[in-house]
Amino acid sequence: MKIRNPKDFYSGLVFIFFGLLAVIISRDYPLGSAMRMGPGYFPAILGGLLTLMGLTIASRALLLSGDGIKAMAFRPLIMVLVSVVAFALLIRPLGLILATLALVVVSSLGGLEFRVREVLLLYVMLAALAVCLFVYSVGLPIKVWPL
Amino acid sequence: MPICLQCWAADQGLALIMELFNNLVLGFGVALTPINLLYCLFGVSIGTLIGVLPGIGPLATIAMLLPLTFNVPAVSALIMLAGIYYGAMYGGSTTSILVNIPGEAASVVTCLDGYQMARQGRAGPALAIAALGSFFAGCVATLIIALFAPPLAEVALKFGPAEYFSLMVLGLVSAAVLARGSLLKAIAMILLGLLLGLVGTDVNSRVRRFTFDIPDLFDGLNFVVIAMGLFAFAEIITNLERQEKSVVITDVQMRWPTRADLKASWKAVLRGTGIGSILGILPGGGAIISSFASYTLEKRLANLPARFGKGAIEGVAGPESANNAGAQASFIPMLTLGIPSNAVMAVMLGAMMIQGIVTGPQVMTARPDLFWGIIASMWVGNLMLVVINLPLIGIWIRMLTAPYRLLYPAILLFCCLGAYSLSNSPFEVALTAGFGLLGYIFAKLDCEPAPLLLGFILGPMMEEYLLRAMRLSRGDPTVFFTRPISLAMLMAAAFLLLLIIAPTVRRKREEAFK
Repeated sequence: MKIRNPKDFYSGLVFIFFGLLAVIISRDYPLGSAMRMGPGYFPAILGGLLTLMGLTIASRALLLSGDGIKAMAFRPLIMVLVSVVAFALLIRPLGLILATLALVVVSSLGGLEFRVREVLLLYVMLAALAVCLFVYSVGLPIKVWPL
Repeated sequence: MPICLQCWAADQGLALIMELFNNLVLGFGVALTPINLLYCLFGVSIGTLIGVLPGIGPLATIAMLLPLTFNVPAVSALIMLAGIYYGAMYGGSTTSILVNIPGEAASVVTCLDGYQMARQGRAGPALAIAALGSFFAGCVATLIIALFAPPLAEVALKFGPAEYFSLMVLGLVSAAVLARGSLLKAIAMILLGLLLGLVGTDVNSRVRRFTFDIPDLFDGLNFVVIAMGLFAFAEIITNLERQEKSVVITDVQMRWPTRADLKASWKAVLRGTGIGSILGILPGGGAIISSFASYTLEKRLANLPARFGKGAIEGVAGPESANNAGAQASFIPMLTLGIPSNAVMAVMLGAMMIQGIVTGPQVMTARPDLFWGIIASMWVGNLMLVVINLPLIGIWIRMLTAPYRLLYPAILLFCCLGAYSLSNSPFEVALTAGFGLLGYIFAKLDCEPAPLLLGFILGPMMEEYLLRAMRLSRGDPTVFFTRPISLAMLMAAAFLLLLIIAPTVRRKREEAFK
């Protein structure tokens, strides 16, 4: 057995994972009958179909060859995701101004260049824009400062 | 007797035209109010801007700006969001022609001949024909919507749950067929999307499904979170992998096309408009496939196909008209049937739902102001685009010199704010990051995310219609095959699938996406 089409093979695995997950979880919900479908009916069908598709895609990948997967770029991936999660964690306790600082600085670390003055200038402009647009003009109830 | 028949037909025709006229008057009455003009202008300007900027597309922008429209009346909000979509089509062509960077996926083919024209010093005519072709296509598409939407909605109003379920199957199947890449993967992505759509409290049984006891999930996933994660975040990470390219900008002098240019391109504009209008209406269609199809057709019809790729003006005029017509025509199934034909329309549909509008054929009768207002605003917006864009090209191009390292933190911030303001919950922001990760993995595995979004929007509706159809038939699944309209739609779906498996069509499809 050789994986001839890695992209398709791993896609297949992802689909099988979600498909089986859906089937297993939806067993907790009443299935009902065809006439009175319960909340478990449709998800079970979908999960089954998804698993089936995943199996088809993965097994085809053993027969037909295709492109390999390009290397993951971990630095941008991690920096972008961490900056967003940091924003999520900080916005309630510390407010918009500081959460934005974390977002802009961390996400900028994911790029190729990091110029301190440029990033700080960008931060000041974005923070001002965000406060003006979202808080003052649209009036979303977002805490601006830590206190 | 024949005379009377003719009278009758003439009367009917006259009545139809009168009705259309009245509807358009109503629509323009809505679209031309100062506040809506302002929203339209704002929408098309933002659209042009993000069309010019390569790192961000209309879908992410609409998702991002959606929370800003919650307090705005529904008509104004949708006029603005629609403006972003077709505005992006204009902006995308500008950068394709001038710097060989498609700002928009639908402008990829415009690069081929548009950039060559620019290198030969004919950037002016290329830009002008792109704008004029788009404007013409926009006007025609607006008329087509006005003509075809009402009868379509009237038919759809008679649909029962079985017909609706089959219609959605057809819509999703053709979305998968017309999507880029592997058909099997597209179908799997749709199924995953349908499943994600079921997360939250079930309306019928009040059972909480796939919530993992997290209270933030009891109301289900928000489509804004999914759209921003899968499209905006994944795209930013992918862009950051590549080396930043510096953009060389040539001086652009605004020169109008010559008579020979116009003569060479008017037929291409007409054909492009036709292709765009047809492919836009089809579920799964829209701007991108229309532009590819038009380019292929123009190349095939040309006397000297070798000129293509070396600055043939038809290669700009056709696809640019087609993408604009396609973008606008794709509003037809969304507005009349409540079925999104592409991912942007799925987001528009979500925006309507957030505004509390019941989507589907009843929109036209329940909210004629909304329906006709949006349509009229498209025409107004197209006019604005021609008027503001041609003189402002220099400014748009200067935008391109903004380095991406300054751009993506701004996009991230607006996405985070957008996600947070959905329900003031940090959880939604973190969830967006989760979908960003998923989107990046899908991008690595060549799985198009658009079908997932369509499935997500249609998931709950599909379940509801399936449930109702089965209850009406007392549990007999043959109901989908015994009702003629439902059967026809399922057969059309099966036909599409068979078609794509046929080797010749498959080769054509692969060719078109190259």
